[in-house]
Amino acid sequence: MRRWSRKGEAERRLGAFVSGPFAAFGRSAIRWIADSGAAVIFFLLASLKIFRPKQFSKIVQQVYSIGARSSPIILLVGLFTGMVLGLQMSSALVRFGAQGYLGSIVALSLVRELGPVLAAIMITARAGSAITAEIGIQRISEQVDALATMRIDPVRYLVSPRLAAAIISFPVLTALFDLIGIVGGYVSGVMIMGANSGTYVFRVQSSLELEDIVHGFIKAVVFAVVVSTVCCFQGYFAHMRADSHGAKAVGLSTTSAVVLSCVLILLSDYIVTSFLI
Amino acid sequence: METPLIEFRNVSKRFGDRNVLENVDLRIYEGQVTTIVGLSGSGKSVLLKHIIGLLKPDEGTILFRGRPVSTMKREEIETVLGRISYMFQDNALFDSLTVQENIALPLRETTNLDMAEIDRRVMARIEQTELGEAARRYPSELSGGMQKRVALARALVTDPRIVLFDEPTSGQDPLRRNAILGMIAQYQRRLGFTAILVSHEIPDVFFISNRILVLYERRIAFQGSYRELEDFDHPLKDEVIGSMEGLQDEMADLYSRRQFKVLHHAHSQGRTGWEPYSVVVFALKGIGSIVASFGDAAAQEAIRGMALFAMKRFGAVGGFSARRNVDELVSVLPFAGQAEAESLLKGFVLDIQARGIPEIFAGARGAKVAGGSVEVTVLAGVAQGEADEEIDSVIDAARSRQMEIARLRCDGGGNQ
Repeated sequence: MRRWSRKGEAERRLGAFVSGPFAAFGRSAIRWIADSGAAVIFFLLASLKIFRPKQFSKIVQQVYSIGARSSPIILLVGLFTGMVLGLQMSSALVRFGAQGYLGSIVALSLVRELGPVLAAIMITARAGSAITAEIGIQRISEQVDALATMRIDPVRYLVSPRLAAAIISFPVLTALFDLIGIVGGYVSGVMIMGANSGTYVFRVQSSLELEDIVHGFIKAVVFAVVVSTVCCFQGYFAHMRADSHGAKAVGLSTTSAVVLSCVLILLSDYIVTSFLI
Repeated sequence: METPLIEFRNVSKRFGDRNVLENVDLRIYEGQVTTIVGLSGSGKSVLLKHIIGLLKPDEGTILFRGRPVSTMKREEIETVLGRISYMFQDNALFDSLTVQENIALPLRETTNLDMAEIDRRVMARIEQTELGEAARRYPSELSGGMQKRVALARALVTDPRIVLFDEPTSGQDPLRRNAILGMIAQYQRRLGFTAILVSHEIPDVFFISNRILVLYERRIAFQGSYRELEDFDHPLKDEVIGSMEGLQDEMADLYSRRQFKVLHHAHSQGRTGWEPYSVVVFALKGIGSIVASFGDAAAQEAIRGMALFAMKRFGAVGGFSARRNVDELVSVLPFAGQAEAESLLKGFVLDIQARGIPEIFAGARGAKVAGGSVEVTVLAGVAQGEADEEIDSVIDAARSRQMEIARLRCDGGGNQ
């Protein structure tokens, strides 16, 4: 009898060992799907509340916070991205005698791909993290509850203006990134590597079509929705984290928001590109 | 029987495996000040959050004017909740907004008032809560006490019909604590809202309360008046009430009402059958004018001055005193009959007119408002009690014999 019970225990342990990873994966998958669904509902609610009264001044304030205050870092990163592109492409194209196409390559790669993606990542690092931390602190210090008790909808007051401001700011900052990147390519490719100035400008003008610019802006809007939703969502529900509480929860939520935003930017970039091409 | 404004029927709430509320039954009546007391972590704040709608019960029903909230339409619930204001335990002020912006926030976001009207209302509340100098500062630049007053001003700025106060006086010094309680009582009387307080400030908070609810072991173990609580025989009385009462009122060496009774009982036990005792009931009438002219802190200072003076005079002959109400003090002279007590009171009257009044007005004289003028009357009544007579009936008799013993006009400059 004892031998039988020992055998049963061993079988149970073996079963748990084998099924354990699957069960954990299943739990994670269910949680991920639930969180994704909640984030989509959160986004829909926030986007509907953009058009409620008394939102204009808050949106303007957030455009300043997310957009205007991110412009220096966008200019800096855009300039050096363009300069690196100018250097790399210039030295590579010389080998094939195609240095005249430098302007086309710099402009197209920036406007179609690098501009929207790098601008979104830089805004996430600067403004997205701040959004999560700010809303997270407001959540754990009961400021969000205070809004609810004053009959002020917290999603309308905190999330909708940020979502609207991101949708306005991302394309503008992307355009700024593209522009300064093309200037950076000119500085390194023409002024340092000796490519022809007129050819560079001509290739930029002739190779860029309206479609390229529109596609870049579409990506920027998609990234704006992704970044603002993820960052606001992480901050708004910082108090519900299972792994931590209080200030630590806000810190972890901020980290999660930045990492998740960056991953989703690249993922959505691939998906949007596959639809646009 | 009056329908309660808010009623809980068998309300239970769990967080994970922990039961916080279990079959809670309570009634809160309109226009009253109801205080909820209980040990730390007993679920008082959770109870308040059910009233404001921040939490929903796992079981049971919450009724508003006899109607279950769960059967109300969304618009009706919004209307009900729109009349309720909440003052958080940790204030929940917006740290990126100034004091003025914090107080204006509910008006700006939920009304269509123009900016001038919002500013007028906000400045009125700022003046009433003595926050004039802090209006343009941020909450992080203020002391804990000032932050509390900002939260109070924000809770009252929308003129709500029901105000929930979650430990409104925590972290306050005794003087400011009484000033805040006085302010709540004053606003409650003036605006007529229903106040629901969670507080540890026993017995001070009882002076402004019509009803008291005691939360004990996840249930409401008592609900009734303070007098009924004193007669209530239950272990919670020692555990909850006794643990929270200080030895003496920090304000003026006064005893709490309960300790006052115990002390009186001890004296009665040691007294032979025929020895009488006397009770003097003092009242400071016109305290509202001090509040109006010089603020709550000055009013509390005036009461404190009178209490100190009574203690000095009657303490010397073995007397002891308790604050009975916001503006009322009771002194017991355990070894004096009616004639002796009246004689002592005459001396007291001469003394208070010569030296006591300036002390009573110490707070008002130091107040910053100049040019105002207030008139205050000090009333006193004496009654003799027998050893076997209930002290409450002797106090009532003394109160019925009250007459004016001093009257004073004081202007903002301190002239008397």
